[in-house]
Amino acid sequence: MSEAQTLEVEVTAIEQVTPLIKHFQLRPVFGESMPAFSGGSHIVVVMRTPTRVYRNPYSLLSPPHRLDAYEIGVRRMEESRGGSHFMHDRVRVGSRLEIAHPVNLFALDKIARKHVLIAGGIGITPFMAHLEDLHEERVPYELHYSVRGREHAAFLPRILERTGERVRMYYDSEGQSIDFDGLLSNQPLGTHVYVCGPAGMIDKVAATARQWGWPDSHIHWEQFSAPPVGDAFDVFLARSKLTVHVAPDQSLLESIEAQGVEVPYLCRGGVCGFCQTRVLEVDGELIHNDHFLSDAEKAKRNTIMPCVSRARCKSLVLDL
Amino acid sequence: MSAVFKPHETFRNDFTFRNSPEAIRRFPLPFVDDQYMYSVNIEPHTAGPKGSVVEFAFDVDEHYVAECRERALVLAAEPLRYQALPHMMSAQWDCLELIMESLARDYPVHFSLAKRANRWHWINRPLGIDQEFTFGDPSSLPREPLDFITRQAQGDFVVMDQREGDLWTEAGMVTTPADWSLDFDVGMTFKEWHGPVPLAHELGVFDRALKFLLNLRLGQPVRRLNWTMTVNPRLDTSPENYPKWGPDRTTVTKQNAGDLVHLRVEMQGLWRLPRSNAVMFGIRCYLISVRELSTIPKWARRVHRALKGLHPALVDYKGLTRYRDTVVEWLAPLDDGSPTTPGAAPD
Repeated sequence: MSEAQTLEVEVTAIEQVTPLIKHFQLRPVFGESMPAFSGGSHIVVVMRTPTRVYRNPYSLLSPPHRLDAYEIGVRRMEESRGGSHFMHDRVRVGSRLEIAHPVNLFALDKIARKHVLIAGGIGITPFMAHLEDLHEERVPYELHYSVRGREHAAFLPRILERTGERVRMYYDSEGQSIDFDGLLSNQPLGTHVYVCGPAGMIDKVAATARQWGWPDSHIHWEQFSAPPVGDAFDVFLARSKLTVHVAPDQSLLESIEAQGVEVPYLCRGGVCGFCQTRVLEVDGELIHNDHFLSDAEKAKRNTIMPCVSRARCKSLVLDL
Repeated sequence: MSAVFKPHETFRNDFTFRNSPEAIRRFPLPFVDDQYMYSVNIEPHTAGPKGSVVEFAFDVDEHYVAECRERALVLAAEPLRYQALPHMMSAQWDCLELIMESLARDYPVHFSLAKRANRWHWINRPLGIDQEFTFGDPSSLPREPLDFITRQAQGDFVVMDQREGDLWTEAGMVTTPADWSLDFDVGMTFKEWHGPVPLAHELGVFDRALKFLLNLRLGQPVRRLNWTMTVNPRLDTSPENYPKWGPDRTTVTKQNAGDLVHLRVEMQGLWRLPRSNAVMFGIRCYLISVRELSTIPKWARRVHRALKGLHPALVDYKGLTRYRDTVVEWLAPLDDGSPTTPGAAPD
């Protein structure tokens, strides 16, 4: 939440596991072990460059019982504002980074009778930690893992070792795709489905599950949106009496933080709702990019998630 | 604080429980103002002043040994005061770890914890416990992990699983409740559990509290105070035992109110648990007689005014209807009408 709460870590291993994904190992500098965590947790990595600070969320993919180091996987984003490029191009073995304590917004349901896990590409990372927990439980599960092609199947050897027969691979390049209808129309009562991957995949899974009568409480998804780029705009913070300029490749939250105003956050990806901020005035259009507010709430034009959302406006006044 | 334990004081029958002058001065009075109303009065559970009840994560005071003995008596008669649903086992280990590590770090004279990988060695000197066990293996402990460790801690504990955007009361050790029952509430959602509380639902207190707690962060516990009153220093005011303590309310007179009636304050702490993603809710109960608290002149005035102006719905909900006026009358001569200084601390 506040900068005082971050932990300093050292990058102790980096491996290019696919053409787009690098695997990082982080060891504690502050003590002997990392805080314990639960499968599905993410950390926010703070990257300080001479010109700006990035704070990006990454799922922990290491086994939850392993506390000597954390592991994360970072996909290089084509349209990156810089965070993933920084991780790929600038971070070396021996680099120091700051991280926030783990937060879990994508936990397995503890009373589920069965788990169906669906991963697309880099969306495999939270499931890596889940697989470790599931390995020790007697609850049945299956993993459906879809990637562009064989060279993109990150972490497959480790997954096969943990899951054996329970993983099914789908390679786009070979014309394979997940049959969501087949998968979701024929599951025992009490099954929960979890999906992490591209927005299209999440929407498809959620819509298909609802169509087959799954209750919303049994459908789980996680997708961290990177804050999209957009037009520059100015925002006035009413309580701090500060005007803040938001550059095209900067998020509203980052711009506010750069002025020394703290906004409480958890996920920085438009999921948790923690950074929700009151809009006092807006002359123009709010561009909501979050997955938290309902359409009705968005239509009221009186609240915004500064982590991913921005504005195209003449003026914007926030209650900060 | 290295308190001198008073192992023989009692919370039933002859009620020999008393507070030392030091314990009175550190009592967590919940009235920061002369008027009392609910609020979402949550603050970070960070280390407070030396000697205060919030110096450490879990306060061990002069009543520690006696309270643990009282808990054992309750459990011997009513084993269901401890319950944990099967899916709460990882949360149980989280609780055990949190409490053991905190006590060993903060009170090294009384407790120690040595770890060699998963082999742990726990020593509790005041209670004479020396236990080696394998962390994560329930069969290596004489009782379930939550049962084992909360028998060695003051205050009640409830563990809530987080799922479906809610918190579910699914494990706990509750032997010092202010008229609520774990056996009745186990399995409930957050709002079901708090259903009987008047006014607060309408004020939106539970909506905000739930939203806050769902986002509670690892390593950033929070706390709040709650309070009620009890006739006699009785810790176990459970619905199960209402016939034993309910009638006490009819025994309060203007003469005995100062000694019979006790302010009962709960220091409630909330922790996110690491492996289970559950939330541990600690409800630490402090008792003080009206006479004891009135030895602090500011508190005599403050408590007199807070009780006198209490909302009628709260008087009923807290079970004070029969004797609130009598206590106000007992305190009245000690309130000269002079202003009280801000905050709850003694002058």
